[in-house]
Amino acid sequence: MGILIKKKSKFRGLHLPENKITEKKSIETLPIPENIILPLIQNIGAPCDFIIEKGDEVKTGQKIADSKSYVSSPIHSSISGKVKKISKILNPASGMLMDAATIASDGEDQWVETDKVFDINLSQDYNKLRAIIDSLEKDEILSKIREAGIVGLGGAAFPTHVKLNPPPEKRIDTVILNGCECEPFITSDHRVLLEYGKQILIGLYIIVSVLKPENIYIAIEDNKADAIAHISDLIYDMAFDDMFQIVSLPSMYPMGAEKTLIKTVLDRTVPMGGLPMDVGVVVNNVTTAKAIYDAVIEDKPLISKVITVTGEYENPKNFLVRTGTSISHLIELCGLKKEKINKVIVGGPMMGNILVNTDFPVIKGVNCILACDSRIPEEQNCINCGSCVRICPMGLVPLAYVRNVKGGKSEGLSDYYIENCIECGSCAYICPANIPIVGYIKTGKAMLAEKKKAK
Amino acid sequence: MKKDKINIEKRMLITHAPHIWKGFSISKIMYIVVIALLFPAAASIYFFGYYSIILIAVSVAAAVLTEFIIKKLRHKRFVMDGSAVITGLLFALILPPRLPIWMAVIGAVFSIAIVKEAFGGLGYNIFNPALAGRAFLSVCFPGDMTTWVLPTYFNTDAVTGASPLGESFTYQFDKIDMYKNLLFGNTAGSLGETSALLIIIGGIILLTFRIIDWRIPVFYLGTVALGSFLLGEDIIFQLLAGGLMIGAFFMATDYATSPVTGNGRIIFGAGVGILTILFRNFGPMPEGVCFSILIMNAFTPLIDKYIKPRPFGYQGKKKNA
Repeated sequence: MGILIKKKSKFRGLHLPENKITEKKSIETLPIPENIILPLIQNIGAPCDFIIEKGDEVKTGQKIADSKSYVSSPIHSSISGKVKKISKILNPASGMLMDAATIASDGEDQWVETDKVFDINLSQDYNKLRAIIDSLEKDEILSKIREAGIVGLGGAAFPTHVKLNPPPEKRIDTVILNGCECEPFITSDHRVLLEYGKQILIGLYIIVSVLKPENIYIAIEDNKADAIAHISDLIYDMAFDDMFQIVSLPSMYPMGAEKTLIKTVLDRTVPMGGLPMDVGVVVNNVTTAKAIYDAVIEDKPLISKVITVTGEYENPKNFLVRTGTSISHLIELCGLKKEKINKVIVGGPMMGNILVNTDFPVIKGVNCILACDSRIPEEQNCINCGSCVRICPMGLVPLAYVRNVKGGKSEGLSDYYIENCIECGSCAYICPANIPIVGYIKTGKAMLAEKKKAK
Repeated sequence: MKKDKINIEKRMLITHAPHIWKGFSISKIMYIVVIALLFPAAASIYFFGYYSIILIAVSVAAAVLTEFIIKKLRHKRFVMDGSAVITGLLFALILPPRLPIWMAVIGAVFSIAIVKEAFGGLGYNIFNPALAGRAFLSVCFPGDMTTWVLPTYFNTDAVTGASPLGESFTYQFDKIDMYKNLLFGNTAGSLGETSALLIIIGGIILLTFRIIDWRIPVFYLGTVALGSFLLGEDIIFQLLAGGLMIGAFFMATDYATSPVTGNGRIIFGAGVGILTILFRNFGPMPEGVCFSILIMNAFTPLIDKYIKPRPFGYQGKKKNA
């Protein structure tokens, strides 16, 4: 199969300045850090509980927290050493405190015993590898994925074993591997595509063997032409060309969001309040596919992550880091360009969260650490220009949320389907009055949740 | 520890995502509109002489000064965002060419003080300030507000003449010649409304910068054209004469007083068109653009309440979920 080229997006999007300054920089493996901090909340769903205590010795890859809940994902130590303390740190996504374990390294990086059963060299025989994957039971793969603590690494951090196990009445006919990475600055998925292409394709094959879909797409934006060419070559080399279809998509924000991606690739519309599986689709991020390969074939849990450290640094870079590495350590390694840095953002510039304290660690969902010299633009009156209405990829009326939140009217919010908002930030990006619309929307969603609770 | 090296905590800003902006600010929008308005303003000076400059300058100055004083009185910060300049400029451009200066001042002050600021300022006004100011003056001074002169160029003697839509208006020459005069602006009428061509140039500037939505002018002009056709009128004449062009490109498209959604704007444009046709053909006054837009301004909140875009993945109203 050749490359399927989609020239037009099927939603109203933005052309953002890309600023992908690190796209040509190879991934550097960071030495094992002296200390790591592992917070309990690293996934959507139920939070975990620690199964270790202060003073315990842990090994690399050892499970340190787990939950009995199905929609949850365990956490593993990424180094070997001793648990120094269990304390509270601020969660930048919610602004709430959460428990975190600090582990001091013994410098040995001793791994836990793994029950690695396949002795396979990736550069060898792909057919053998495929035969092994084919022989695995679905439940066996899913439990390996769960035990490895894999969550969606595109940013949302939804437990992958749940996503790959849709209820039986939802027939999945299509799997899309998401390599869009539509946010400016971030290049981690791009580098992973270029440097871990084989692992990604095997990971995708594992996903396919679980879900057994008819169509499999690998969606990559056309600003990553080298990645498209590389993956396309690999597909032929590994004889996946009768299975996987590469789709080249226009570079447009927010292409990487599931709903807009499915719309553009398949022209299917995920219903309001629904999930991709409602239209028979499962979307997985490329880095998640790599993690699935690591878990199922190499028997390694998710303890390292490729992240982009970019923005106002002397040396912006792509790193392979152990989870739990302190962000301030990474900032120091790259060297801030100037004195005037007033924002460190976890994630991209459109949807990322502000860090108040740079001692926060790299957790599973982190893919970028952006430093910038920013300002707080002065919020002016809404002039009703309708730019936000024109740009909203979800077809909403963002200015109505601002009006209703300011007036404290939560009834007005659901009239305008606030729950359909994906918080992509396009409206606030374009707003000429500099209104932080996403902030109002988050407040509005909280207002509705509060009201529901009160009932 | 090593923190003193980084030492960024103290100066950290805490804001919501997104952390980048397009940077297309309100004042940029406003000044592009001002530039677009300079085309009809230039035409008004060319056709009606130096007095136009005085009228325009006085209106703009009165508008900006009024806004400044009111912001001070209300202890709010005055921002020179250009919106008062637009109001003053637009207001001047729809005045009769020989209106006494003091009347223009009254109108401009009314526009800003009562129509705009009393409702909360930029973005909160219900009616288009320039049009409401004109409506106010035509009620207060009906005589002066309907005294039209033929283009004087830079001569000082003014000869009164009927505006194209007036009952006494007749054309001596052939039709093509009349269309040409209406297109270039060589006709009696308000300061800046006569030259359809220069207004369209200004409108094209606004459309290319995507400052105005094409739906409003297209549906407004389209409805007027269709209505004129159905009533057996001269379509080209109806489109070029009077304040229709400046109304369609600069007045009806005013953000604060027009709907925000695409479909809402179509309804708005068509509604203004229908009212204009009715006023022009059945009303007591020759012109109806001003009042048609003002009336539809009043309907804007209603249109915005009921006309919403279809959200992504909308599947009909859920049954009390």
